[in-house]
Amino acid sequence: MAPLHTLQVEVNGQDQVLSVQPRQHLVDFLRNELGLKGSHLGCEHGVCGACTVEVDGRIVRGCLTLAIQTQGCKVRTIEGLSNDGDVRDLQESFIRNNALQCGFCTPGMVMAAKELLERKPDATREEVREWMSGNYCRCTGYHAIVDAICETLAERAAKSQKVKA
Amino acid sequence: MKSPPFDYCKPAALGEVFALLGELGDDARILAGGQTLMATLNMRLSEPSILIDITGLSELRGIRVQGDRLYIGALATHTDIEQSPLVAQHAPLLAQAAPHIAHRAIRNAGTWGGSIAYGDPAAEWPCCLSALEGTIHLQGRAGVRRVSATDFFQDLYTTALEPGEIVVGADVPLATAADWAGFDELARRHGDYAVAGLGISARFQGTVAHRVHLSFLGIGPIPLRARRTEALLAGKTLDTASIEIAVASLKSELDPLPDLTHTADTKRHLATVLARRLLQAAHASRAAMPA
Repeated sequence: MAPLHTLQVEVNGQDQVLSVQPRQHLVDFLRNELGLKGSHLGCEHGVCGACTVEVDGRIVRGCLTLAIQTQGCKVRTIEGLSNDGDVRDLQESFIRNNALQCGFCTPGMVMAAKELLERKPDATREEVREWMSGNYCRCTGYHAIVDAICETLAERAAKSQKVKA
Repeated sequence: MKSPPFDYCKPAALGEVFALLGELGDDARILAGGQTLMATLNMRLSEPSILIDITGLSELRGIRVQGDRLYIGALATHTDIEQSPLVAQHAPLLAQAAPHIAHRAIRNAGTWGGSIAYGDPAAEWPCCLSALEGTIHLQGRAGVRRVSATDFFQDLYTTALEPGEIVVGADVPLATAADWAGFDELARRHGDYAVAGLGISARFQGTVAHRVHLSFLGIGPIPLRARRTEALLAGKTLDTASIEIAVASLKSELDPLPDLTHTADTKRHLATVLARRLLQAAHASRAAMPA
């Protein structure tokens, strides 16, 4: 067994200092060491997107990131994002549109959509589909998911129009 | 699956990286974005004893103009390249190719240098470097050496990288007003490994193409330049007749490797579909310009 390394990382606004095995990836760290079970592990080789979390403001695959690589970083998971309220409108839109069935992919979907809402507020439906192509829904509820995101984009656009006017 | 155990270190200087590589040899692997390495570790296709994390080396970062070249440091992420105004202005081929690389969460972590060092013939950066005839900068204990993309990509996942060396960056020529660049690929799902892809870098005078570089991904064991077809297009206007000559030539020149789900014939066909689309787009863009 390789020696343990000390990891200091901020997770959902709280400083954490723990000993980790170098081989432990970020989602195992979040789930097993911190009890944050919202980030899911599907394929564990970067294909499904269920493990999507945010590191220093950008979404990454939690299964393709070592916990030790987040030394000194700010990590945010679906738990933190939900509590911060940044995507309350998106979450409500998911519910309204029945954009989740079993719910396994949902945290990853919401994390991925969050960055889209921030970076591409004027995204077309086609661009939403391309952006979300990195996240699998094994219930195949893609249309409802894309609907939910498009609706949120439209709501936010209408709101910012109102603020400008 | 879970990765086998390994140790980890994050050197603060390049010299330490070379010392570790010298000492540990093949037991050590370089970790940058990890978007390929982590997957191979999780699937236990690779069992290094230690990962050397190079992301602490600020000298490997940055995108800048150096003389008549655009230099991109090994640690630039795909997203950095996708969003860089310098890349959009000076290397539009790279800007066009970037959104095709995997998915956003992967582009946020995966790096330029990692993609080059891995040398996957289905990857976008090797294809673009081959189209643009870029130069790879390698560094080891003996110093820096520069290798052209043509000499760097040698065979399937095999590059000119020597033991103890790492990719520190790569540069491409600055695009001029006479240059046209186009990139497209065909994949089952956007961002997945493409069945076939094509990067074109062409130089025009008016509507006449002086030189056309056709670089295919997903077709051969390396990013594949169709040099015979390129020669046929040199000095031609890319009208329908020239394009059909090019397509016929590609059918005999390309000898694709089949994959699990696509035959060589399918890949050859899709390669010509891409060639026709992009060459038409190149011609249309030149024909629309004021003489």
